[in-house]
Amino acid sequence: MTTESLIWLIPLPPVLAFFLIVLFTNKNKALSHSVAVGAAFLSWLGAMIVFVRALGVEHLGEHPFESSINWLPTGETWLKIGVLVDPLTAAVLFFVAWTVLMIFIYSIGYHNYGQPAGDHDHKGLPPHGATVEEHGHKRVVPSIEPMYSRFFAFIGLFAFGMFTLVVSDNLLTLFVGWEIMGLCSYLLIGFWYGKPSARNAAIKAFMTTRIGDVFMLIGIAFLYSVTGTLSFREIFSEEILHTLASVPTGVFGLSAAGLIAVLLFIGTVGKSAQWPLHVWLPDAMEGPTPVSAMIHAATMVSAGVYAVIRMFPLLTAGWHEGAALTPAMSFVAFIGAFTALFAATIAVAQNDIKRVLAYSTISQLGFMIAALGIGAYIAAVFHLITHAFFKALLFLGSGSVIHGMEHGVLHTGNHNVDPQDMFNMGGLRKKMPITFWTFLIGGFALSGFPLVTAGFWSKDEILADAFVNGHMVVFATLAIAAFMTAFYTMRQITLTFLGQARTKEAEHAQETPFTMTVPLMILSVFAIGYGWVGIPEHFPLIGGLVPNWFHEFVGGTLAEHPPVLEFNIVPLLTSLVVALGGLGLGWYVYRNVNSPAEDKLQINVLKNKWYFDEIYEVVFIKPALWFSEVFVSQWMDKGFIDGILHVFGPATGGVGSAIRNYFDIPFINRFLGDGTADATWWVGKNLRPIQTGRIQQYLVLSLIVLFLVGGLLYYFLLA
Amino acid sequence: MVPLSWYLIFAAALFSIGLFGVLVRRNAIAILLGVELMLNAVNINLVAFWRYGEALAMTGQVFAVIVFAVAAAEVSVGLALVISVYRRRNTVVADELDMLKW
Repeated sequence: MTTESLIWLIPLPPVLAFFLIVLFTNKNKALSHSVAVGAAFLSWLGAMIVFVRALGVEHLGEHPFESSINWLPTGETWLKIGVLVDPLTAAVLFFVAWTVLMIFIYSIGYHNYGQPAGDHDHKGLPPHGATVEEHGHKRVVPSIEPMYSRFFAFIGLFAFGMFTLVVSDNLLTLFVGWEIMGLCSYLLIGFWYGKPSARNAAIKAFMTTRIGDVFMLIGIAFLYSVTGTLSFREIFSEEILHTLASVPTGVFGLSAAGLIAVLLFIGTVGKSAQWPLHVWLPDAMEGPTPVSAMIHAATMVSAGVYAVIRMFPLLTAGWHEGAALTPAMSFVAFIGAFTALFAATIAVAQNDIKRVLAYSTISQLGFMIAALGIGAYIAAVFHLITHAFFKALLFLGSGSVIHGMEHGVLHTGNHNVDPQDMFNMGGLRKKMPITFWTFLIGGFALSGFPLVTAGFWSKDEILADAFVNGHMVVFATLAIAAFMTAFYTMRQITLTFLGQARTKEAEHAQETPFTMTVPLMILSVFAIGYGWVGIPEHFPLIGGLVPNWFHEFVGGTLAEHPPVLEFNIVPLLTSLVVALGGLGLGWYVYRNVNSPAEDKLQINVLKNKWYFDEIYEVVFIKPALWFSEVFVSQWMDKGFIDGILHVFGPATGGVGSAIRNYFDIPFINRFLGDGTADATWWVGKNLRPIQTGRIQQYLVLSLIVLFLVGGLLYYFLLA
Repeated sequence: MVPLSWYLIFAAALFSIGLFGVLVRRNAIAILLGVELMLNAVNINLVAFWRYGEALAMTGQVFAVIVFAVAAAEVSVGLALVISVYRRRNTVVADELDMLKW
């Protein structure tokens, strides 16, 4: 098979699996997950083949795999859709395929496949556990998810959206994949729709990302109206970029390129949960944990960053390496750096194991966005990929921890213990060794533990780029954010795994089945190993031992190959200090903390996420509710529209009853209707006596009539 | 040759006698007889007009023969009805057979 046709096929298996499960295999749980995992495997296989073939092509950036078909006739021309695999796509496809496959496999264990059905489980609620009797005594074990097949159908559709987005060669199909994921995130966050909090979180996620999507769609429409094409390769031609960069729009002094890039970027702000549209992501933790990993690591939020990376030539149109940033770039850099720091401060004070990770995701995405804003293209891609691996690992790890804790909860039967609260854990390293070591790897990668982990190399590259190119504000902000990242990660690890068990439930926690631990181990290989492909050439001692393949490969995506960064000791030292310092401090502060009361950082403003939910409640939601309930419903609808109707209603009623009373009833009914009937009846009644039944009388009568008629005819006609 | 008018007057007289019989006789069979008289008055007219008109065409005679046939059929049905009525109602008086009314 040619590579091009193989690329077309990559997104297909998951969507086929979706329809197959929904339509046919719904009832059979084993078949459903086999179909879904099989489909993920096929996509993975296709992605790997394409990746390997992409590696073998020289100058892939200039001669990418591409293939397109005519889609919509637009006057003389066609709107084309198609697939494109250039170095960027190949690199992204690699991590998407891996993480998606791992998450699919993990979901089997997470949803308790092979366990009995629950005693009183309901669809739309998490499983509560089942009682089994063994050797005469009863014990409670986890029960299988009631909507098991449905889950696999949804994540299949989700994977389809992501693969579609990644292999697209144009903004239109990218947007289609983007929106499919929006829908799936809604469905999956609200997967346990029996919980009001899950329902609200689903709606919140959908509405918040929708705000970004509207701007993105405006950006796409604007781009199409200016250039007449949505294909990446055509937009990024020298000529079009130059035109776009030189056309002023009059909006904040941006060029057309800048304005379009900013509009598209706002879509990313929604999708990748950047400030000020970050509020949905922490609440999205209401979904099952594999979904959190899917949304927050492998696919959706990465898609947001991927879109900006794709649009990088547009964002940076009119800018060249070393020059002052364009207004659009400054905006992007500001949002990214601010979000990185802002989310990190919130993560410090969260007690829910998944929420810490959620805020760290927002923060890490801020790193990537900031990197793009200062033009550090390769560093952003590198961090996107390493982050996808270690964040998927961390999320799946946290899911494993929660699963283990739920074991403990089922054992003691005390359902008041929140299995996600880190203060209820402690000492889990002995109970769940595999989860502990893999989580440690993921956490160290997230913190940027020097030399060994992937996170170090990618984060260091961003910091180095910011420093060398003189963006000191961004550099300082990100350095502080990185320090806090290391700090809260170590806080999380310390509270969860180290020390002694703080509750009975934690004492009875159990290691999770192999379907969950194997994906963790595979992902931790990438969380460490993926960093080694991007070690800078001029790094002391080990630089150059392994060629900087990543820079060479992904850098080839752009027409102009980004120059290799000069080595500078300051950012390296900063990286080392913030990572080790943060980790050390996190351990030192939290090694003896046993309850939230002893935690000095439970500051209200941080715990309450800088009150953003409350502010939005007052500034947007309340006015919107007032607008809909009072202004539109009460005043406009019930007052004005209904008021008009209340005039017209009685008026037509009056006219109608007047016509009825003075015309219809007396004239039509009484006179015409009843009158003719009465007349006919009267005539009939009075003519009745002449029908005697005697034939001879009839004959006489007809003879008389004959003579009369004959006489009259004779008199009038002949005489 | 006897003029046409004689035949016509004769036929008219016969028709009137028949009509009178139909209108005034009480017995149903007598009424049928009256009907026969009227039919035959018509036949006389037909034959007379044929004889004094275009004698070569056979239309008048044929018409008369058809009327005979119809009259015979009618009488047979009529008599059958009269017998049937007599069996059921034990009368053939026309005035007493006044079932067909409101």
